[in-house]
Amino acid sequence: MRTLLLLAALWTAPAMAVDSAAEGKQVFIRVGCYQCHGYAGQGGSAGLKLAPEPLPYDALSTFVRGTTGAMPAYSTTLLPDADLQKIYAYLKSIKKGPSADDIPLLKNLQ
Amino acid sequence: MVDVIRSLDVKYVAANPGSSFRGLHESLLNYGGNTKPEFLTCMHEESSVAMAHGYAKATGKPMLFLAHSTVGLQHAAMALYNDWCDRVPVIGILGNIMDAAKRRPNIEWLHTAQDPAAMVRDFVKWDDQPASLQHFGESLVRGHKIATTPPMGPVILVADGDLQEMSLHGTAELKIPKASPTRPPQGDDAALAEAAKLLVGAVNPVLIVDRVVRTAEGMAQLVTLAETLGAPVVDQGGRMNFPTTHPLNHTDRAGGLIRGADVILTMEVTDVWGLINEYIDNEERAVSSKIKTGTKVISLGTGDLYLKSNYQDFQRYAPVDLSIAGDAETSLPALIAAVRSAIPQSQQGAIAQRRDKLAQAYTKARVAAREAAAIAWDARPIATARLAAELWAQIKNEDWVLVSGEGNLSRWPRRLWTFDKHYRHIGHAGGAGVGYGIAAAVGAAIACRDAGRFAVNIQTDGDLMYAPGALWTAVHHKIPLLSVMHNNRAYHQEVMHIQRMANWHNRGVDRAHIGTTITDPFIDYAGLAKSMGMWAEGPITDPAALGPALKRAIAVVKQGMPALLDVVCQPR
Ligand code: HEC
Repeated sequence: MRTLLLLAALWTAPAMAVDSAAEGKQVFIRVGCYQCHGYAGQGGSAGLKLAPEPLPYDALSTFVRGTTGAMPAYSTTLLPDADLQKIYAYLKSIKKGPSADDIPLLKNLQ
Repeated sequence: MVDVIRSLDVKYVAANPGSSFRGLHESLLNYGGNTKPEFLTCMHEESSVAMAHGYAKATGKPMLFLAHSTVGLQHAAMALYNDWCDRVPVIGILGNIMDAAKRRPNIEWLHTAQDPAAMVRDFVKWDDQPASLQHFGESLVRGHKIATTPPMGPVILVADGDLQEMSLHGTAELKIPKASPTRPPQGDDAALAEAAKLLVGAVNPVLIVDRVVRTAEGMAQLVTLAETLGAPVVDQGGRMNFPTTHPLNHTDRAGGLIRGADVILTMEVTDVWGLINEYIDNEERAVSSKIKTGTKVISLGTGDLYLKSNYQDFQRYAPVDLSIAGDAETSLPALIAAVRSAIPQSQQGAIAQRRDKLAQAYTKARVAAREAAAIAWDARPIATARLAAELWAQIKNEDWVLVSGEGNLSRWPRRLWTFDKHYRHIGHAGGAGVGYGIAAAVGAAIACRDAGRFAVNIQTDGDLMYAPGALWTAVHHKIPLLSVMHNNRAYHQEVMHIQRMANWHNRGVDRAHIGTTITDPFIDYAGLAKSMGMWAEGPITDPAALGPALKRAIAVVKQGMPALLDVVCQPR
């Protein structure tokens, strides 16, 4: 991780993505998204799944800014666009893991 | 007093010792021989009551608790409220010294009240303050009967110190009255027939259950009702009502089913209003109806038969179309018979088709749950789905009982495990009062030990710290119990509430952790358990380490002792 962060400082394009994803994770935690959506955006009883395969940025942003439903909205005062973009970079960086059939404990349920 | 207690087949008495009931305590040990009931040493009166609460749900039988009438009952009050909301029979005996002329100076004045039960009368079903031993006998037998008659609930007797301690004169005249348990009432036949007609005539009937099933027979009958109607069942989980492996269990699909229903039957559901309305916790506190106009709602249960005014646990008034007073489990055979006779032969095909469609939707939901559990499989902190799946792999071949709630775990156990018997779980606290978890688990684990079953407790961190002395009670009394912590290092529900407020107020969105999280320092729960002689490991942060640690813990439990694993988890 330390190496990656150092690499990011060298301004190579993929390293930049890693950098903003790592920063995005920090923002995701700091402003509380993790509370309801889980640290990996996996969702649960308190919030929907956000990652892997997040909504397109525009849809996500429209929702986060304007929702009047069960999730409290975040104004740009609370969460500037630049920070939401970092969160998005984090969500995009989360890779799809193995499916249930590839995980013996889940495959063998029942 | 001991003879009366014994006549009621009470096996355990839970208490933190107290001088106001020293007479009864000593008599239980030396006259009663400390068997049936056996004394369980508790470290907090809240734990004594919660232990009795968990035990009663696991056995159907009350455990006794003893407490000082003042300082003990005040500690016990919160647990009694949970018990009341959860409709569970628990019987308390409070020590009190009525005769002012006989009280020891100072302490017995502090430990006496004129009317001790007044403080909890709003949430106990019945109480009495007997003036003689004969009166005590009659009131305890009556109290037992009242506590165990649906809607069940806690009962309190005040035992005067003099009655406990004085030598007996004229004992020949004392009689222990015969117990006469009350048979729970079945709903009115005509009303059940009307309900059956509505259900049979429905295109999309839905059954919603909460505290219905007490027996294997009750579960089998609920299954029969659902199958006969071809109706999906939504199990709110106050009790273990309906098998999770049955294709008519549609708990995960509740929202959509309620919206699409034309007839809904609720059974022993307290909050019917909350089921049929959408309430959004936003700044408007927005409310909208979930059900279509014309949807008929039927309620069957004992809730209307006994309630009190002060505490609002009875929930918002629900204007249902047909309200039937009766014990749902007792009413099931008559309801099934009424449904059978209301179904015309010509409708059997349509019902079978509905059953098939529901079975397909069930399979889809189970597959979706498994896929959802796979997401974040390797995450740290450990995902709650991973915790549930790892735990299941280790206990599935045992005759296990989940002796804790699972709501904070995103309900993963009920979504992934096979809950197939009426005793597989014991529901939740009832009144959402924290401090119930560990002690109720220990109480239920005693029942499991006696029945040869394997008790599993998913223990939250905030709850454990209310009265962790229950861990010591489990070790001291050699109560086998596997406790696996869902340690999210917070009172997490409250983190989310503060976050919501910060968002609404458009400020300080990064401060919700203040006053709500349990960090800096982290608590060493394994160390805490070990300090009380319990086998423990943790904190476990690597998901791959969970399976092996569970195996080690289970080996300890199988030797007849409790064990605790501290697992650092995702919030929900
Ligand atoms: C207090 C809990 C809570 C917090 C904090 C929270 N969310 Fe949500 N979120 C929810 C809930 C609940 C929903 C579902 C809302 C609904 O259905 O109306 C949701 C839905 C969403 C959705 C829509 C997902 C979809 O597939 O439709 C997005 C995107 C989202 N949240 C992003 C975020 C981000 C980004 C943050 C942090 C900036 C955040 N949320 C913080 C509870 C929360």
